[in-house]
Amino acid sequence: MQYMVVCFLIHTLCPVSALSAGETRILYARVFGPETGDGCDFTPEQRRLMQKEKLHVVARQVRSAVALSREASGGLCVEAVLGEEAAALGEADSGVFSLGNAELFPDRSVVLWLGVQSLAFTLVCRPHENLLLAEGTLRNIARHCLEELRLLGPGAEVLLKSDRVDALLHRLLPHGQLLFLNHRFVLTLDKEIANYVSK
Amino acid sequence: MYAAATESLIKQAREIKEEELQRFCGRIFKLLHTKDVSGDTVDSLQRLNLIVSATKYARELPSDLVMKLQTLLRSSSCPEQLQVLTSSIIRESFPSSVHSLCSDLSHDSRTFSHVASVVLAQVSHILESRLSDGQISRHALPILSKMSTVYPEILTDDQVNLVSRKLVDWLRYASMQQGASMSSGGFFSGPRTRQPAPLTEVDGVVTGDFFTVLCLGQSYTEDQWMNMYTFSMIKSWLLHVPSYAQPCNDDRSEVDSSVMSMVSATSSSSRLLPPKERLREKAFEYCQRLIEQSDRKALKKTDTELQKACIVESVSIMDIICGEDPSYVYRAFPCIKALYGRLNGDLAYARALLPIAQFYLNHSEIAAVDSEAVFCQLFSHCPAEQFNEPMLAFEFVQFCLLNASVLQDRVANYRQSFPNILKFLAGNSSGLIAEFVELLPSLIASDTAIELLHTILDLPCLAAALDLQQRSACYQASDRSAWDQQGAKVAACLDAFRQPSYRGLFLYILRPEAGTGDTIDRLKMLHEILADMAESPRVVQCAQVVPVLLHVYFNTVTQKADEKMMNQLLLVLLERSSLVFSTHLQALCKLHPPLIVDQSREILEFASSPANIYSKEDFYTHVVWVIGEYLSVSYDPRCTVELITSFFESLEAVLFEITQVRQSASPPSFSPRLITVLMTTLAKLATRSQDLIPRVSLCLSKMRTFARSAPVMTCYSEEDTEEIITRAHELINLLKLPNVAQFVLAPSAGGDGPRWHRDTNASLPQGMRAVSGLLHRHSSSLPT
Repeated sequence: MQYMVVCFLIHTLCPVSALSAGETRILYARVFGPETGDGCDFTPEQRRLMQKEKLHVVARQVRSAVALSREASGGLCVEAVLGEEAAALGEADSGVFSLGNAELFPDRSVVLWLGVQSLAFTLVCRPHENLLLAEGTLRNIARHCLEELRLLGPGAEVLLKSDRVDALLHRLLPHGQLLFLNHRFVLTLDKEIANYVSK
Repeated sequence: MYAAATESLIKQAREIKEEELQRFCGRIFKLLHTKDVSGDTVDSLQRLNLIVSATKYARELPSDLVMKLQTLLRSSSCPEQLQVLTSSIIRESFPSSVHSLCSDLSHDSRTFSHVASVVLAQVSHILESRLSDGQISRHALPILSKMSTVYPEILTDDQVNLVSRKLVDWLRYASMQQGASMSSGGFFSGPRTRQPAPLTEVDGVVTGDFFTVLCLGQSYTEDQWMNMYTFSMIKSWLLHVPSYAQPCNDDRSEVDSSVMSMVSATSSSSRLLPPKERLREKAFEYCQRLIEQSDRKALKKTDTELQKACIVESVSIMDIICGEDPSYVYRAFPCIKALYGRLNGDLAYARALLPIAQFYLNHSEIAAVDSEAVFCQLFSHCPAEQFNEPMLAFEFVQFCLLNASVLQDRVANYRQSFPNILKFLAGNSSGLIAEFVELLPSLIASDTAIELLHTILDLPCLAAALDLQQRSACYQASDRSAWDQQGAKVAACLDAFRQPSYRGLFLYILRPEAGTGDTIDRLKMLHEILADMAESPRVVQCAQVVPVLLHVYFNTVTQKADEKMMNQLLLVLLERSSLVFSTHLQALCKLHPPLIVDQSREILEFASSPANIYSKEDFYTHVVWVIGEYLSVSYDPRCTVELITSFFESLEAVLFEITQVRQSASPPSFSPRLITVLMTTLAKLATRSQDLIPRVSLCLSKMRTFARSAPVMTCYSEEDTEEIITRAHELINLLKLPNVAQFVLAPSAGGDGPRWHRDTNASLPQGMRAVSGLLHRHSSSLPT
């Protein structure tokens, strides 16, 4: 059993014109290696391709899960704009499911998702991870992403300023390690992140 | 949020031509060689990062650029933003870049392990030394943790001991005062440090005990940061790093701080323990302290949430420690029991009950502690109150899955509580169906199996009832506007929910435990009341998972069921046939063919009624097929001629009724397959009681007229009508040779389903065609 976060994704929930229905565009992906030796006879390129495919499968499953959840709850989506990040986060829906397939990530990894309007923030964790902590971490990361990448606006910072996500993950989820942060630790890290972004 | 501009940027990044990319890389290479890092450099690197990440296949970058990026990454003076960007680019681009970074890593695991141990040695060295730049040691710990979980065998004894000692230091002996904050004392004095203020608990009270993640300060010292990182990885470390039992005599004596702490009797002698055991002791104390600290009322919401996470983590860690060393169990239980007492009944802490329940499950036997109350609360109350909390639902079901066999054996009310447990599924069908597919077998007990089947079939009703219960709790009856806002249909159902006369129905559906009866008589009424909710998304999603559950149920039950249960199951299938898959009927009868004779009355009643065709055609067809297959003395000696005759007569009457050719007749609403299955079954029965052969031949001869009648010709395809006619003809011919017919129409060894009549691979049509062919060739020499 391993206690680690496997990866973090930001991907679309809305229809994307270039893709077929139900498909999702991954805007940011960070996998926390190393991966355990599965099939050592693959070349590095093959492994990279396999990894990308796996991430897409996860993202698609999240998209379906979000659609089903939103349908069931029947809530109306109020579109928030720049400056209303806290409201958008407050309205976000969240959920969890397990990846049954051993082919994807071994040991029935757990997928935690947060749907903010037309984007999803997804964490894939190993089983038996502290889900309460993972949830709080995911929310915190999402909050920073919404703010630092101006995701409620029409810009493309999520693509061009993705180093900001790397930097904030480096602090909030170093190498996939979930951290027990009280609000003062959080404030200090917030300042560090703000410093990074302002440069 | 996601705009066309973003999409087109991705497109550009993906479609950039190779030569353009090489030119771009050349430009970046030049920029990286200038002294200052310009905005242009950063911008270009960000674009390059996007380019290499945007495609599924890896992009190859020019080697000189790659070398330059690696050099940059390794240089200590490189600004963080450049480090982040270069690291990301190297990771995403053509993989050989990574290899050259790790000095030509081959697939050879031995080489990798050497490299890893070099890295590990450096990490240990960092941990050992007292570096003032805390940023390095901060990240050493997560790296170390990751490596030790993935490759635990890499660590040597010395390294484990070294790290364990360091972890003890950070965990238990971190500074007790706030970090110094550099601030100027005023305009005239130089910067001087303020007097460090004391740390506080999450409720503002000054801390009196050792530092933990639940202690607050304006700023933190380096070892307080390490305290937080240590606690974050300690569970993993305790689990994965093997315990090296040799005592360490050269253990440097730690200077215990003079802080009062919740130490147990052993801690004063704990200095003599080997490092791993000492770490265990300190981790245990840390968890006890966290559990205490979680009782305080935090001033900030973040801290309240952290307290919950800390409770879950602490109980899990204590569980692990007790598993490794049972002597801790006696120290742990008072703490855990008190915690349970505190949290019990507080809905906000329901998720924390699960690790507590796990602890009881693992250790209550050793400690001879009674755990009944805990499981009673868990199974009898928790689901009913919180079925619609997705995270709790998930964790609850995972808990059940993980412990299914133990729960079945040792916790009496686990299986009894399936009505409650299924509420989680009703509240979140799509999210939990995968788990329930695995979990369902563990909920099946012989005395409640039939009730469980009914409950599964009623799952959509349960979903609707739960929905109504929730809404009813939210809205006062007097607040009509809120009531009506939910739509007329829902409002009508809500009214019904509130009616005293229907109370019993709803109470039954929402019951927490099994054992009060298989099902209620007035189920039909409940269905009618809730009919308006049938289109609500939650109910629809629920209905979609029912067939899956039924498959699992039948697969499990048919393996274990005795004769009595099989009879009961068949009755349920007949009673609620509109919802049940025909395959289950088949499976059941194949397993236990005497069922047909046992339940002949009910089956006959079902098969005699043409109304069943119109509402449940598929199921009806299967019933007819099953009769043809298994109503035979070769399966059950009790199968008398009278029985066969009575079935024959009923089916004959049905066939006659549905194939009546009248001028004003409307086209048939059933499929041609029903006709062929009926014809074949009648023929089969006739071979077993040969007096019936003339009757069935007469019946079959009328099929041509039926098939060629106007309403049927408009409805069925040419092939279908031809097939009916041909089949009827073949059967008539076959029945002219009763002994041959008996052989051809005998129960098939494979027991396959009523195949589509045009399935040329099925042996029956083939066999019949062969015989027919034979008959035509020799027709002149056969008696008519």
